[in-house]
Amino acid sequence: MNDIAFLLNGTPVRVSADNPTRTLLDWLRETRGLKGTKEGCNEGDCGACTVMVTDGAGVRALNACILFLPQLHGKSVRTVEGLTGPSGQMHPVQEAMVEMHGSQCGFCTPGFVMSMAVAQLNGATDHDDNLAGNLCRCTGYAPIIRAAEAAAGQPVPDWVKDAPDAGAGPAPFAPATADELAEWYAAHPDATLIAGATDVGLWVTKELRDLPEVAFLHACSDIQTIEETDGGLRIGAGVTIAGLRKAISSSHPALAELLRRFASEQVRGAATIGGNIANGSPIGDTPPALIAMGATLHLRKGSARRDMPLEAFFLDYRKQDRARGEFVEAVTIPCTAPDLACYKLSKRFDQDISAVCGCFNVTREGGRVVAARIAFGGMAGIPKRAAAVEAALIGRDWSLATIEAALSAFASDFTPMTDMRASAAYRLEAAQNMLVRYFHESAGAVASVLEVQA
Amino acid sequence: MSVAKPITHDSAELHVTGAARYIDDVPLPANTAHLAFGLSTVAHADILSMDLSEVARSPGVLAVWTADDLPFANDVSPSAHDEPLLATGTVHYVGQPIFLVIAQSHLQARRAARKGRIEYREKPAILTVDQALAAGSRFEGGPVVWSKGDAATAIAGAQKVIAGSFTMGGQEHFYLEGQAALALPAEGGVIVQSSTQHPTEIQHKVAEAIGLPMNAVRVECRRMGGGFGGKESQGNALAVSCALVARLLGRPAKMRYDRDDDMTITGKRHDFRIDYRVGVDSGGRIAGIEFLQLARCGWSMDLSLPVADRAMLHADNAYNLDHVRIESHRLKTNTQSATAYRGFGGPQGMIGIERVMDHIAHDLGLDPTEVRKRNFYAEAPGALPPDPRSISASVKEVQTTPYHMEVEDFILNGLVARLEADAGLAARRAEIAEWNRQSPILKRGIALTPVKFGISFTLTHLNQAGALVHVYQDGSIHLNHGGTEMGQGLFRKVSQVAASAFGVDVGNVMITATDTGKVPNTSATAASSGSDLNGMAVKDACDRIRDRMAEHLAREHQSTAAEVRFEGGKVIVGGDEMTFAEAASRCYMGRVSLSQTGFYATPKITWDRKAGRGRPFYYFSYGASVTEVVIDTLTGENRILRADILHDAGASLNPALDIGQVEGAYVQGAGWLTTEELVWDDKGRLRTHAPSTYKIPACSDRPRVFNVALYEGANREDTIYRSKAVGEPPFMHGISAFMALSQACAACGPTYPDLQAPATAEAVLAAVKRARGAA
Repeated sequence: MNDIAFLLNGTPVRVSADNPTRTLLDWLRETRGLKGTKEGCNEGDCGACTVMVTDGAGVRALNACILFLPQLHGKSVRTVEGLTGPSGQMHPVQEAMVEMHGSQCGFCTPGFVMSMAVAQLNGATDHDDNLAGNLCRCTGYAPIIRAAEAAAGQPVPDWVKDAPDAGAGPAPFAPATADELAEWYAAHPDATLIAGATDVGLWVTKELRDLPEVAFLHACSDIQTIEETDGGLRIGAGVTIAGLRKAISSSHPALAELLRRFASEQVRGAATIGGNIANGSPIGDTPPALIAMGATLHLRKGSARRDMPLEAFFLDYRKQDRARGEFVEAVTIPCTAPDLACYKLSKRFDQDISAVCGCFNVTREGGRVVAARIAFGGMAGIPKRAAAVEAALIGRDWSLATIEAALSAFASDFTPMTDMRASAAYRLEAAQNMLVRYFHESAGAVASVLEVQA
Repeated sequence: MSVAKPITHDSAELHVTGAARYIDDVPLPANTAHLAFGLSTVAHADILSMDLSEVARSPGVLAVWTADDLPFANDVSPSAHDEPLLATGTVHYVGQPIFLVIAQSHLQARRAARKGRIEYREKPAILTVDQALAAGSRFEGGPVVWSKGDAATAIAGAQKVIAGSFTMGGQEHFYLEGQAALALPAEGGVIVQSSTQHPTEIQHKVAEAIGLPMNAVRVECRRMGGGFGGKESQGNALAVSCALVARLLGRPAKMRYDRDDDMTITGKRHDFRIDYRVGVDSGGRIAGIEFLQLARCGWSMDLSLPVADRAMLHADNAYNLDHVRIESHRLKTNTQSATAYRGFGGPQGMIGIERVMDHIAHDLGLDPTEVRKRNFYAEAPGALPPDPRSISASVKEVQTTPYHMEVEDFILNGLVARLEADAGLAARRAEIAEWNRQSPILKRGIALTPVKFGISFTLTHLNQAGALVHVYQDGSIHLNHGGTEMGQGLFRKVSQVAASAFGVDVGNVMITATDTGKVPNTSATAASSGSDLNGMAVKDACDRIRDRMAEHLAREHQSTAAEVRFEGGKVIVGGDEMTFAEAASRCYMGRVSLSQTGFYATPKITWDRKAGRGRPFYYFSYGASVTEVVIDTLTGENRILRADILHDAGASLNPALDIGQVEGAYVQGAGWLTTEELVWDDKGRLRTHAPSTYKIPACSDRPRVFNVALYEGANREDTIYRSKAVGEPPFMHGISAFMALSQACAACGPTYPDLQAPATAEAVLAAVKRARGAA
């Protein structure tokens, strides 16, 4: 096995691939003695470990705590130590943070400045979205936003303009094509496939699991594309949430808005659509929306491929219709979904897991409902269609009376649970009210607190 | 003078470049051991047996210790000696440390700590307020009652009586840097580096644990990555464990909690239920009021008694109560031992009466701000309001708090009048009412709430501080004091005090780590007291050195000490002018001592906590805030749209740092009352033990319109440059966000919405339904 090779703050490094689930954060801090990158939560939720990663797809902010070293092969990593210029000049975001009093205890600050530097480099000015994955407990964020605004227009320093590590050679543990992956995985069906590691990362950092056999998917460039086909948009399993969000921003605005609230910038830049489906979580954000759109899932084992409606993939809690050695290769969605609305309900708007995620796609013709696809996350052990609710709508007038009559059908579709995110009763009521909201919004009403300003 | 200038945090450049060093960043000696605790998985049980063989066999493990292996005191309690480092026979909550793993790496220690096999005999666990009340499970034997006047009679004779019950959740500190400590073996003792607000307490507990006097233990803390009260006592267990390993195994030891362990093991803000009964006249003026405060303290005493006291001490907030009775129960439960958290019970006590004001205004159909103002204490004589016409209360006899302290410095009549005008409150209230009439699904709400927060430790002897200042012969200044830096900017403020005393730039002052070997017997950096106490102690030391320098230089120049001036980096004496460095050098040559300790003890305070009488506070800090929110009546989702805050920092030592404290405290306070929900299951397991499930405010949760200003004016008491403490008081501005949500819920129907905290979407939806008349 060849070494893991990448650029660290501009300098080539070679790391033995002995332990493929060593995190970048542990390696930076323990092996390299680079202590500027902090461990705040070790699960990708606080952003104190944010680093800048450059590869062929561009420049991203990623959480080093749930990033395994093999994922960096052929890329370029810049840490806070490399944000300062070669002769000690501060980066514009660093200067602005000092000037605007953007740090108090300082522990979150290295992560913030890295997120800010990536946004500044990419010309992104939606600061709230870019910084949703960086938690600060001291400042209340106001001075940090002032700093981000102050730095936004300034020139990007040359020293942070990284290129991928061209001389890295073949990636260890990483098939280069879907064919290679299919062949390998069919022969190693007990292996763990790792795409973004935003979930598998926690198996290692929190559950302290050993993963004896792994393959990383980041080198499989042929499953990282989005193609328009006869059946719709075919989205490769390796497309990141960030990539998908960008690609469908004008064709699927409701899905794009849901993806804006999908975890955080750091997680969206790593997590993939395939991972979010294959993981089988009942509270993943994309499956309800995909099911509501009528998505088709493409599975592959070796050279055998099969397709199914996405909802058929989810059998029971954490149980999917996936054979050993079979993997999610792609998912196809319609080219547009004009009636789609996605409602994510969580304790916090940004970077939170849904208590309920309701996605509605009801087609009306001449004031009557002709088709309805409604799916929920957080309401059952799987992402699940609201079949009884759909039946109560189809063929009827699109009116408040129809909606109200359909509400009782929710209880036959769902028996949600009570947990730390919400009670069962609230989940059911909120799900019902989402249908009411969908109706009012279809009539042009403003029904989202996110659209109100003081 | 460098005081009053908006200079940046002393470590700002280190923070942004990643060069600021925290405990976990310290380079370690090669043979450093790493520690982790094995934790109880049940809430209350006797330990029948422990099989730790697999732990001991786990890779990298050097040793595994239980309580039986501890040679001296097995106690990390800051108060009642009721908190063993390692459990002794019985466990009292899920997460209690039972055994200590000593391993070659952090990861190895964590892995091994999960391999303990403990056999328990479970006992009934008391988890909730109601269970504790039913079982009579309390600290201090029974309730504590303080009263003034005759509340029961006053309520009975009132025109209207309103009663209710309000539950508020606790709060996880979520300091970004988790608990951490490092100990090095030293000749005759240990050197400990700890992320702690209380180095002296660490020194004290370590000394007891290793069986040596305090002089054998040196504790150092350069900075913390946030504290918020969570590092006042909760760092003891880590520092003591490391020191024991250093002492007994003779090797360096480091311990840091993984985030989930941190949240599972350590205490949080006390959650409370407050029941109230109030008698009012038709104008909303309170005739008499009774509070029943029920505090869930967890399994050990920790700091719960002074926390519960401070809740009682803030039951009046800004309101003059002639007839008042406050009954406080400190309930003992099988949960994490609740601890200090910014405000230290004050926020819980204060929101009790703010809730009452909200309820009174609703039931009488009055403007809540008007009801609040009608009940305010009278303005202090000489506190000139910006617009005298706005002051309705005329100064009458001296008014006292429910604990019989005269309120001498009240400024909220003027401050609130200014804030109402600046925030355009009346017009916005009308505009919102109109908007709500047109908006069936979304409703907005706006509220103004005041803050009056008492400054001083209620344990009187803690109100003291020391400092150590050296001036070197090159004119550079070395500064040390007992306060700790947790991000609040204390070190910068105190360096401004020192620089001002010598008339030099703050760049001449080297700020050094808090160190029990330099300044002994310090109090915790807590109770917002850091600048007040340590600033005065530093000034004392600097003034003494400066006076000796002046005396010597005057003698050299046939002048008088009174005529020697220290300003602009120069010393001017008898027509001569020299740099401060030259002056220092001359004094050195003249054999003048250029080193000095400083000391300060807060004057005027006396307090009898049993009787509930006295003057526990040197002064009060004030402020008020207006928050506007919007709610979704279909899901209960809600957002803060705008906040306007006017806060009293006296004559601010550093307006930039003070505004930073206010902004940050507001968002943290609003988080406590909205998204931050701690959930325990019926087995006593905390289900929200990581940021994936426990949601502190994120970037977009701050108000989009966020106007924060300081209310200019000097402290009437002789504090350091007449400034006021600012750490905790603005936390309670978050209460206005909650009351605005209550107003928005109330806009949905005729009934009082009875909103409970935290106002999660689920709680808001429940309140909306109550407002509409649902049972």
